[in-house]
Amino acid sequence: MFAHENGLQGDPRLKAISDAIRVIPHFPKHGIMFQDITTLLLNPKAFKDVIDIFVERYRHMDISVVAGVEARGFMFGPSIALAIGAKFVPLRKSGKLPGKVISESYALEYGTDCLEMHVGAIQPVERAIVIDDIVATGGTLSAGIRLLERVQAEVVECACVVGVTGFKGESKLKGKPLFILVEPREV
Amino acid sequence: MATGDASDPRIAGIAKSIRVIPDFPKPGILFQDITTLLLHTKAFRDTIDLFVERYQGKGISVVAGVEARGFIFGPPIALAIGAKFVPMRKPNKLPGPVIAEEYSLEYGTDKMEMHEGAVEAGEKVLVIDDLIATGGTLGAAIRLLGRVGAHVVECACVIELPELKGRDRLGDTPLFVLVSSA
Repeated sequence: MFAHENGLQGDPRLKAISDAIRVIPHFPKHGIMFQDITTLLLNPKAFKDVIDIFVERYRHMDISVVAGVEARGFMFGPSIALAIGAKFVPLRKSGKLPGKVISESYALEYGTDCLEMHVGAIQPVERAIVIDDIVATGGTLSAGIRLLERVQAEVVECACVVGVTGFKGESKLKGKPLFILVEPREV
Repeated sequence: MATGDASDPRIAGIAKSIRVIPDFPKPGILFQDITTLLLHTKAFRDTIDLFVERYQGKGISVVAGVEARGFIFGPPIALAIGAKFVPMRKPNKLPGPVIAEEYSLEYGTDKMEMHEGAVEAGEKVLVIDDLIATGGTLGAAIRLLGRVGAHVVECACVIELPELKGRDRLGDTPLFVLVSSA
């Protein structure tokens, strides 16, 4: 669900976060209005507010794992993990993680891709959140949820900074709650 | 080149939490895997603290992190010292206008990109990555930042592989590492 529907309505931090996100039309291809969070990272106050909002939500939920999706999930996940005393587990494209991994494929518009996680990074029954900058189709996050469930972790929630409008009102992904800070901006 | 104070008890904990994977990505390479450090909350916290203690209050307004493992260490440091975080990325990942810098690999070349306008002339920058090997990527980052008139005050890495002499590819830019893996 969107943060403003979940107790953060009128939180002044949300508007500044939304304003700090840049829209790039027709990237990576024609018709896509790309929500660019790198401009948010250039605004230390807005960036800190993003982390603070996630930390406020998760610090008392007994979360021991923050799983971040490569690569932009790496920009948000570790700071949240450090603040709540959780492990950070990178979910990576194929072939990047050394050593033993488990792998989950997911559909792209054309073809498939793969997400990998280290064997042994997570113990059964650990409570986890999955983080990425944006949720669009939910394909990558769903692959992340499947990876965590395969090692018997409990996925408590998926967290994103921006959620594409298709998720408005739909607060679950593979049965897991989705917490999103802001809606996508128009140009 | 500075190394973290070996007598600081935090350094031993950090070094111990790094896993070595033989023959990755290819035979003969001993890969220094920092993902196990990220599973040890104290060691990860200590890593960030050691960098923050060194760089806070020095007027650094930009932390530039090299894709992808630089994205794990850079943002927590940037947030703690009140700096911007700027990702230095592989080609075609950053949307909008970018500047690019080529660098050599063992075979062939690769390119690093940074957003136009992210860093302004005169800004003081810290470049961060998990590890320095040959220094090719860090050298490219320094050149990119130099091209926009920024001043790279230091490169910081968790680990150095000293036998690869990466330090020599950094020109005048100092290098600070926590753990030297000889």
